[in-house]
Amino acid sequence: MNLNLSVNGKLHAIEAPEEMPLLWAIRDVIGLTGTKFGCGVNQCGACSVLLNGQLTKSCSIPVSQAIEKEILTIEGTSKNLEFLRQAWSDGNVPQCGYCQSGQLIAATSLLDTTENPTDKDIDTVMSANICRCGTYTRIKKAIHQAVAIKNESI
Amino acid sequence: MSTIHKIDRRDFVKLLGLATGGIVLGCSIGTDEKNFIPTKDSKGFHPNLFIHLEKNGNITIIASRSEMGQGIRTSLASAIADELEADWKFISVKQAIGHEKYGNQNTDGSRSVRTQLTPMRKMGASAKMMLLAAAAKKWNVAIEDCSAKNHFILNNNTQESLFFGDLVAEASMVAVPSDESIQLKDVKDFKFIGKTLKSVDLKDFTHGTAAYGMDIRLPNMKFAAIARCPVAFGTLKKFNKRYAEEVTGVETVFELPRIIPPTGKFFGMFGGMVVIAKNTWAAFQGKTNLDIEWNPGANASFDSETFKKTLTSRVHSTGKLVPGGHGNVTAAFEVAAKLIEATYHVPFLAHSPMEVPNATAWFQGNTIEVWAPVQDPQTARSELSHFFEIPEENITINVTFLGGGFGRKSKSDFVVEAVAISKKIKAPVQVVWTREDDIQHDFYHATSAQYLKGSLNRKGEVTGWLQRVGFPSIVSSFKPFSEYASGFELNQGFTNNPYLLENFRLENVQAEANVRIGWMRSVVHIHSGFGINSFIDELAFVAKKDPIKFHLDLLGEDRITNGDSAFPFYSKRLKNVLNKTATAAGWGKKLPKNHGLGVAIHYSFYSYVATIVEVSVLNKKVKVENIWTTIDCGLALNKDNIKNQLEGAAVFGMSIALYGKISMEEGAVAQNNFYDYQMTRMQDAPNIHINIVDAMKEPPTGVGEPGVPVIAPAICNAIFNATGERVRSLPLSDLGMV
Repeated sequence: MNLNLSVNGKLHAIEAPEEMPLLWAIRDVIGLTGTKFGCGVNQCGACSVLLNGQLTKSCSIPVSQAIEKEILTIEGTSKNLEFLRQAWSDGNVPQCGYCQSGQLIAATSLLDTTENPTDKDIDTVMSANICRCGTYTRIKKAIHQAVAIKNESI
Repeated sequence: MSTIHKIDRRDFVKLLGLATGGIVLGCSIGTDEKNFIPTKDSKGFHPNLFIHLEKNGNITIIASRSEMGQGIRTSLASAIADELEADWKFISVKQAIGHEKYGNQNTDGSRSVRTQLTPMRKMGASAKMMLLAAAAKKWNVAIEDCSAKNHFILNNNTQESLFFGDLVAEASMVAVPSDESIQLKDVKDFKFIGKTLKSVDLKDFTHGTAAYGMDIRLPNMKFAAIARCPVAFGTLKKFNKRYAEEVTGVETVFELPRIIPPTGKFFGMFGGMVVIAKNTWAAFQGKTNLDIEWNPGANASFDSETFKKTLTSRVHSTGKLVPGGHGNVTAAFEVAAKLIEATYHVPFLAHSPMEVPNATAWFQGNTIEVWAPVQDPQTARSELSHFFEIPEENITINVTFLGGGFGRKSKSDFVVEAVAISKKIKAPVQVVWTREDDIQHDFYHATSAQYLKGSLNRKGEVTGWLQRVGFPSIVSSFKPFSEYASGFELNQGFTNNPYLLENFRLENVQAEANVRIGWMRSVVHIHSGFGINSFIDELAFVAKKDPIKFHLDLLGEDRITNGDSAFPFYSKRLKNVLNKTATAAGWGKKLPKNHGLGVAIHYSFYSYVATIVEVSVLNKKVKVENIWTTIDCGLALNKDNIKNQLEGAAVFGMSIALYGKISMEEGAVAQNNFYDYQMTRMQDAPNIHINIVDAMKEPPTGVGEPGVPVIAPAICNAIFNATGERVRSLPLSDLGMV
């Protein structure tokens, strides 16, 4: 079917089967490859995007559910995402980097909904994202650091 | 692998245009002489294959080793930049294609820094000498009157300075310095080496712009998924492709014959049914819709639980004697005050890097071009040349970022698949594995059984040590029917047991392979580290001694083993990391209720590691609270990166200890995806405390792998300390403990 997807503020007119997972519409049809495939079954979070601000595993929802909604991917930007990027860089967080798109998007969602997340808040949201390289302690620290950067910027 | 290859220096020297002499360990920089003759174009200065200086001062450094998260692009670039006296802000890194001119590019065995640090420093130093000579000529002064600092050459007499970029034309005319004339910096003068540099790829990693294998897009590229027989080496019997072809986006479906590798090298590929589609999802859907009947073949009845019992019974009887033992364990056992026996198990494990195996290939009759996340691009190239009968010079392997490797991407089966399919459909194609494909068709880390028997005298000292081990050999993947462990495998912690044992006997038992066996991060050290450290803890308990004191006593007086090797073993350094870890962890402190501490030490990839783990156990559920790891890896090239690697190794080791288990039933892998092959997650992650020993005058040794083997035994020893319950068979999830 023909459909319009709004990704990072830009409208894309694409043709895709309505049941195609949003992940593959973003990667293979639109061609934005920052959103990653890790498991295909809502288990690893590599494909995380924000859909109208809601944290969504794009491998597990059909593209038809994203019509007329605003999609934020790692190629996009938001205030919290920028604070997190800064903290990720300050903390030299990534190793292979592959899961970090999803980690950053999930962390953005966390900061969007929780002003000053505790370790437990971080565990709750971020445990949906697997990092096989094992950068969890740095991710946790970076999320706290992003909050600090944000508070300093106000 | 941790084998050191002594390679004649000739190749390296020829490249640099240097005089002969000496040897370089594990390093042959290549043979393509023309790449080392300075070019005389007006655009830039190329003193050698690894450095390209432009007039604007920008320096591109070539990374010859694959980047899979170990930070090698940053580390080796920093070594070049340090000797070159470059300003880091001008440095960018470009990934090399797979080509022998770059020397050995096989990125595994934790050896990139160990083997490449000196050659890379020399690349930087020789380029600096050429810039110095160029400036001296320009000023008409002696080279000795010039010095290099932060991207400038200074005239020491006049304080004039010349920017590196302004010396491009002159430096290109300077002859390459002889090897003897290259002077490397003293440790005290290092600017980047031994310090902390952040990853050069942070911006790409945080913006989704780093291109991994799966991110390659070519015009008119097709996507392919492959259905492979659930049982290793099984074949296609019959199939119905109608429902696959009906999927929107699916273009064709065909049979892909297996490619059997020649004995002794290469990986070949399984073959199966291929679905070609317009996008990845359609290819996956088509694959799901295939109706296939397989001939499972010789491994049809393989059952990993039965195999565990078989291996257990084998290690409980006499095995093949492994050379290198000493004394007489039988005699020691006869007069022992106490005898202790234990049997340990590690299951099969899958690598499961976050980026599944994938490759993009374009076969165009006389040429092949590949874009793939490979750890060993040169072997991939040779393999393609062999199977597709195309000369190597017509094959280009573009190495992408690797979304994790851990040894999986050392095997190029997925590259062979992509090329075979591209050849068949006469179009560029990207083969993508599903996560289920990845977990069910890996080159598995072998399962193992170990039996240990030890004797103590009345003072609680170890008098005899018998160890019998069995695990399917990696060699079986290259030479079918290899049913005993090879020497290089046993030398990963078993034959080179670091303890001073009066009577020591090692035996190896038969272990056939019924799946593809590979190597995974720290390889056989996973088995040896688990068995030996668990058993030492058991002995210490029976001897009523503190485990750390027991380790130290058994390591004996300070001594050097393999003194004539480039990397001798110093027992002192192993004791040192243990003592440092004990201090960091507060060993001996009063612990909260239900908490326990466990310790493990291990020497691997020439590095010395000690770990202490603190667990809490509540209602039989284990939580890892803290991990303290100390490493002595000699010269520590990039400190924060080393720290990151060891933090990651702790988490990787936790996944092995807590969840890691691949099982086979009727020859097929029972696990599917991350829901039944689980990984450590954020909620499991403990506080991790890393300590790096200052040993800058020692040669650099392994970092990526040595942090792994200690984790599982330290966790299990901590559980024993907390509960009195001994875990001898991994993982904890099998015992309901997580």
